[in-house]
Amino acid sequence: MTDTAAAGATAANLNVTGLELSNVVRRFGAVTALAGVDLTVRAGELLTILGPSGSGKTTMLKVVAGFELPDEGSVRLGVHDITVASPARRNIGMVFQNYALFPHMNVAANIAFPLEMRRMAPPMIADKVAWALQTVGLTGYDRRMPSQLSGGQQQRVALARAIVFDPGLLLLDEPFGALDRKLREQMQLEVKRLQRRLGLTTLFVTHDQEEALVLSDRIAVMNEGRLEQLGTPQDIYAHPRNRFVADFIGESNLFHGRVTAIEGGIAVVAVASDLVLRLVAMAGMRAGAEIGAVVRPERPRRLGSGEAADNAVEGELVEAVYVGESIKYRLRLSSGAELLVRWPFRAGGEMLGGGARLRVGWDARDMHAVPWS
Amino acid sequence: MDVIRRRPMGAGRRPSPARWALIVYCTLVFVFLMLPLIVVFPISFSSAQSLQFPPPGYSLRWYKVYVNDPVWMAATWRSLHIALWTTVLSTVLGTLLAFSIVRGRYPGKGLVNQVATAPLIVPTIIYSIAVYGLFAGLKVIGNWQGIVLGHTVHALPFVVLIVGAALRTFDMAQEQAAEGLGASRLTAIRRVTLPQIRPALISAAFLAFISSFDELVIAMFLGGANVTLPKKMFDNIQLEIEPTVAAVSVLQIVLVTVVLMLAARFGSGARPVA
Repeated sequence: MTDTAAAGATAANLNVTGLELSNVVRRFGAVTALAGVDLTVRAGELLTILGPSGSGKTTMLKVVAGFELPDEGSVRLGVHDITVASPARRNIGMVFQNYALFPHMNVAANIAFPLEMRRMAPPMIADKVAWALQTVGLTGYDRRMPSQLSGGQQQRVALARAIVFDPGLLLLDEPFGALDRKLREQMQLEVKRLQRRLGLTTLFVTHDQEEALVLSDRIAVMNEGRLEQLGTPQDIYAHPRNRFVADFIGESNLFHGRVTAIEGGIAVVAVASDLVLRLVAMAGMRAGAEIGAVVRPERPRRLGSGEAADNAVEGELVEAVYVGESIKYRLRLSSGAELLVRWPFRAGGEMLGGGARLRVGWDARDMHAVPWS
Repeated sequence: MDVIRRRPMGAGRRPSPARWALIVYCTLVFVFLMLPLIVVFPISFSSAQSLQFPPPGYSLRWYKVYVNDPVWMAATWRSLHIALWTTVLSTVLGTLLAFSIVRGRYPGKGLVNQVATAPLIVPTIIYSIAVYGLFAGLKVIGNWQGIVLGHTVHALPFVVLIVGAALRTFDMAQEQAAEGLGASRLTAIRRVTLPQIRPALISAAFLAFISSFDELVIAMFLGGANVTLPKKMFDNIQLEIEPTVAAVSVLQIVLVTVVLMLAARFGSGARPVA
């Protein structure tokens, strides 16, 4: 596991603070929204909480922002314990899902609001507002009303308002959901650049795994109130720790089997009578263990006749979907299992038709095991 | 498809008989409802000694009578005074109640809501008798403050309903955003919530004002010697038939219309502050 991604950002701002959640529990009646979460967001890093709806990520955000209080555990921002502090005293900048701009105030008044609350002198407020507007590329928009702005512009204003008071932490609550795809990608990159440049410790909440992979220094995958895995995007994508993560992040093929032998660091996994897979054995793995074997769809390659691979399977093509830069094929193997593969589509390349028989193969190191139970 | 699309009502075509019937019916209802209001205008400018229509001649004598009569003027000022106090009290209390009912999470909230809107359902006369009994025991019959209290409770449902409806559609995230940006709860409400529900507040205040300024029954029971304008008009019609009451009505209609126009002017939509 490599966690060096945040290191570059940390140097940009020496005043940055980290966020630390210890054993945070929050229950709503019989429902446990957060079941003892431990998480540290390092100073200057962008950490994404990724999870499906109902995973507790929104509750976690509210606990950090101060709109919900945890039943147990503590929340620390820098040297301060903010577990029960009022939202106003936390010094956290937040961008809401629908931006929550104040519609009765113009852009400048919106951005000036947190500074006014801090009783900053008017000339200083003017300077800071101008700086924030420039930072988000909206110089000259100070007199506009929020209703006169496009979705992307509104988001920039929300961002400016969240960073103008030098917050100890920036919270982003699915802020890109309302934007169309192109604008969304552009805003993601802009937010990422801004976050890096200002060295802002940032907690980003989303259910969109693609977004999480693009933006994050690290990702915390949540499910049913628990952290399932914490790591860099590459790490989580390549080495999902369990079935949930494997399934939730990207597409994957998951085979259920039993380890029959371990030969020179390679585990042999029997999936079906005619399907035996080989993968790199995990530490402590023993013959007889029930596991899930995961392979990403871009790993299998087409095999010529007589060509060998650690894992070689033959199947019938049941579906082909063109998705722009690549094609997804669904193969039905003789064991009845299905295998999803994704291959780049080159100009002039052929697209295979349904019913074709294919042999595909992948290396043992392209496959890894997750606990089954 | 153009063929399927309905024509706008009555556009470019002779109205059907059913449509004619509707137009005639609506006109009749409108005339029937408006006639008393319209008739009162010419009568108020009558030169005659008694209420008659059409007036034999025109003059401003009844307006002069009204303005020069200290009893009429006292009743007018008293009513205005009571209505303004009622407006302030019921708007403030009703808004607080609306916040509690919409935002609060406590047992018995449903009951609070029922009680707050009950004066709308309970007949005014029943309410008046009940309050009379209470106030008689407290020896506050005949105080203008008593009428204000009676009117405030009576006006509360309007405020609770109107402000409550506005609060229900208000996006709570905005208040949270304000708090997150460093505002106290109170400041968040004052700077972010209230300015945005201002149209509702103004409508509510207006209705509270009218409900008090126009109110007869409660004022009759609680007023004692403190005669309000509606009470004075009521007495006037009973004792003597002369057009002063028409002049007063006209002035009342004008006042209410002006207040209504002001409410519409300042009550509609959120407008820029800066």
